Amino acid sequence: MKQSLLFLALFAAGVLLSLTGRLPHFLLDGNDFSRWTLYLLLFLVGIQIGASRGVFSIVRSFGFRIMLIPLATTVGTFAGVALVSFALPGRTFFDVMSVGAGFAYYSLSSILISEYRGAELGAVALIANIIREFTVLVFAPWIVRYFGKLSPICAGGATTMDTTLPIITRFSGSDYVVIALFHGMLIDFSVPLWLGLFLSF
Amino acid sequence: MPIVLLILISGAVAGYFSRRLPGIERIGSAIGIVIMLLLFFLGVSVGANPNVVAKFHTLGIEAVLIALGGTIGSILCAWVVNRCFFNKEKPE
Repeated sequence: MKQSLLFLALFAAGVLLSLTGRLPHFLLDGNDFSRWTLYLLLFLVGIQIGASRGVFSIVRSFGFRIMLIPLATTVGTFAGVALVSFALPGRTFFDVMSVGAGFAYYSLSSILISEYRGAELGAVALIANIIREFTVLVFAPWIVRYFGKLSPICAGGATTMDTTLPIITRFSGSDYVVIALFHGMLIDFSVPLWLGLFLSF
Repeated sequence: MPIVLLILISGAVAGYFSRRLPGIERIGSAIGIVIMLLLFFLGVSVGANPNVVAKFHTLGIEAVLIALGGTIGSILCAWVVNRCFFNKEKPE
């Protein structure tokens, strides 16, 4: 939570500084620096994926059923977002899908999308994925009551391994911690892959 | 765009071979710092783009709709999976 607030503060600082027009020029024009920083980020995310242990041992101990949970998250998100894309005629199908493919991982998704589709869609991705995270943080008890204990995990998307984990533990129960961690890890890793796919159209 | 996947995969290969290095788990903090830098840049380009500032209201409504679509869709799928596969027994 503290890290999320810091992220938002930095974004807001960027907006305010550039609105006042006091920034040096090299920061403003679509600069190579931010592109190379993005490549560095992707490389680091790759290292994290390659170095992570435990994903496969969790699958072994829970059996195939545990794979159904990230699958439900992915299928449900894309189905819902695809429906919404019909209500947004100003956006292409794949632009809307790429915003949905953030799975609440708002930092990485908004950065990637703004690099390839511009700051406007990047801003939409940032807000949409923050809203998704906050929905889980705020409505978790209600979601659990009406849709079962797995539902806040699927709603939380990539955040169930960090920011929404304490909430899920509290309302779904500690039996679900390992599932939430596994789910978050898998969805987290899938975000850059889906974005790579959708942004190539 | 293929360059994104290329960089990810080369990172994953590098990560796999360095997975036993001490301190490799701190890669998460490094990622956090780089993300902060990039979010600052995203803020700068949003603020410098009069189009985005002027349309902020519309963009916000679009964001709410996409967020609701994804969240509700995944909750409904979770409900189905829970009823069909997890209902009778607790996940150990």
